[in-house]
Amino acid sequence: MTLSAHALSSHNEQLPEPFPMARHASIANTAAVKLTVEDLHKHYGDHQVLKGVSLQARKGDVISLIGASGSGKSTMLRCINFLEQPDAGAITLDGQTIEMRQGRAGVRAPHPAQLQNLRTRLAMVFQHFNLWSHMTVLENICLAPRRVLGVSAQDAEARARAYLDKVGLPSRAADQYPAFLSGGQQQRVAIARALAMEPEIILFDEPTSALDPELVGEVLKVIQTLAEEGRTMLMVTHEMGFARKVSSQVLFLHQGRVEEQGSAAILDHPQSERLQQFLSNRLK
Amino acid sequence: MIELLEQYGLAYLYSDGAGFSGLAMTLWLFIITTVLGFFLSLPLALARVSRRLWLRWPVEFYTYVFRGTPLYIQLLICYTGLYGLEVVRDNALLDSFFRNALNCTLLAFVLNTCAYTVEIFAGAIRNIPHGEIEAAQAYGLYGWRLNLFVVLPAALRRALPAYSNELILMLHATSLAFTATIADILKVARDANAATFLTFQAFGVAALLYMLLSFALVGLFRLAERRWMRFLVPVRG
Repeated sequence: MTLSAHALSSHNEQLPEPFPMARHASIANTAAVKLTVEDLHKHYGDHQVLKGVSLQARKGDVISLIGASGSGKSTMLRCINFLEQPDAGAITLDGQTIEMRQGRAGVRAPHPAQLQNLRTRLAMVFQHFNLWSHMTVLENICLAPRRVLGVSAQDAEARARAYLDKVGLPSRAADQYPAFLSGGQQQRVAIARALAMEPEIILFDEPTSALDPELVGEVLKVIQTLAEEGRTMLMVTHEMGFARKVSSQVLFLHQGRVEEQGSAAILDHPQSERLQQFLSNRLK
Repeated sequence: MIELLEQYGLAYLYSDGAGFSGLAMTLWLFIITTVLGFFLSLPLALARVSRRLWLRWPVEFYTYVFRGTPLYIQLLICYTGLYGLEVVRDNALLDSFFRNALNCTLLAFVLNTCAYTVEIFAGAIRNIPHGEIEAAQAYGLYGWRLNLFVVLPAALRRALPAYSNELILMLHATSLAFTATIADILKVARDANAATFLTFQAFGVAALLYMLLSFALVGLFRLAERRWMRFLVPVRG
């Protein structure tokens, strides 16, 4: 990538802006607040993974979570739709805070109906795609709209085909099983599966980390298109160049805390020593 | 040999004059056993992998008992043992149920195959990649929807090879039914042997019939695997 040239250049501002979206995004977003994450804590055994992290996403925001592995960025993302149960903290979607209850064995658990509502409005794209391997591409995309949203079989299929087209897969891919597709194609199917839920926010958990380098581009291109459409997205990523292009906000996590946050510009002008270190390590 | 077939051919296939016998009876036993065993094993397999102890432990105990004892003893207990108990004879419903040899045999067979099938399916459920379950949860599937639309379809496909094995073993195990006076293939063969002393031929015909059934079963499972396990065999190149 041209990352090193970018980050090291002192004439960065004079470089032609390749993506108009980034310029737009750097203008403060004044849309209504969509999602608020407040003071999340999470521990595994003695290890405190999250020590109080927060973020706020407005409609149309693209927020990148970056940081070294083990910094808690994936855990933070997974806490947002409760794939991990946070020990403390609050998730608020459109002004409604998910109610936490004392569940079985003293474990805090979200209110079931609210959790269900949240999960139908946030869609997730996983590092390892997590497509249902025994279902064809079409069945993968149709399942949740049909069985969770109650969309009719016909409508679900029409939706699925439209989104397959959108992520750039040929229609003959619809009847393939995931194992027959390349990683890049599988991840694009996973994105189509997320889109078919017509979610309000899409969560990307390192969407390109499991891909061969030559397949990363095709997936990033799709995600970039989504960003340009003004979709609200939260993305854990190691692709700094990409984060710089599409993000309206960047959160840098270090040892379970938000060490630095701001517009994509912090990637070029990091304030904290940790972020400087992190970025320079990545350039080696 | 021709004499044997003339005299017992019909009995080997479907009727000994008193009712169904031979191949027809064996097939009947086998089909009822596997159908009931299959549907009973689905909820039990889900219970077997449940995180809730009160659901898991009874099923574990059940499969432990039925996999830990010979089918023949289970059949003897169902057929003669239970009827020896006064409680059973005093209860009109139980009395009429256990008085019937076919009921007792089916009960023993169903409980036995179900125990093995539960373990096969439970193993397959545990083998579903965790990420696939997580994805289903992230997309709002939970409870019975999660099980019905993701867990069971994924597990049953993966379980096909092991399950076909269990069915073939169960098919052969139905030959124990003759000990409970059920006129299955083996019972006809024993009758034929006793009457004609053509031992090799009498049991040879029975063996051929079982082999025929097994081959049909293997063929069916090959078709099923081609249809439902395609997803596991990526083409390379």
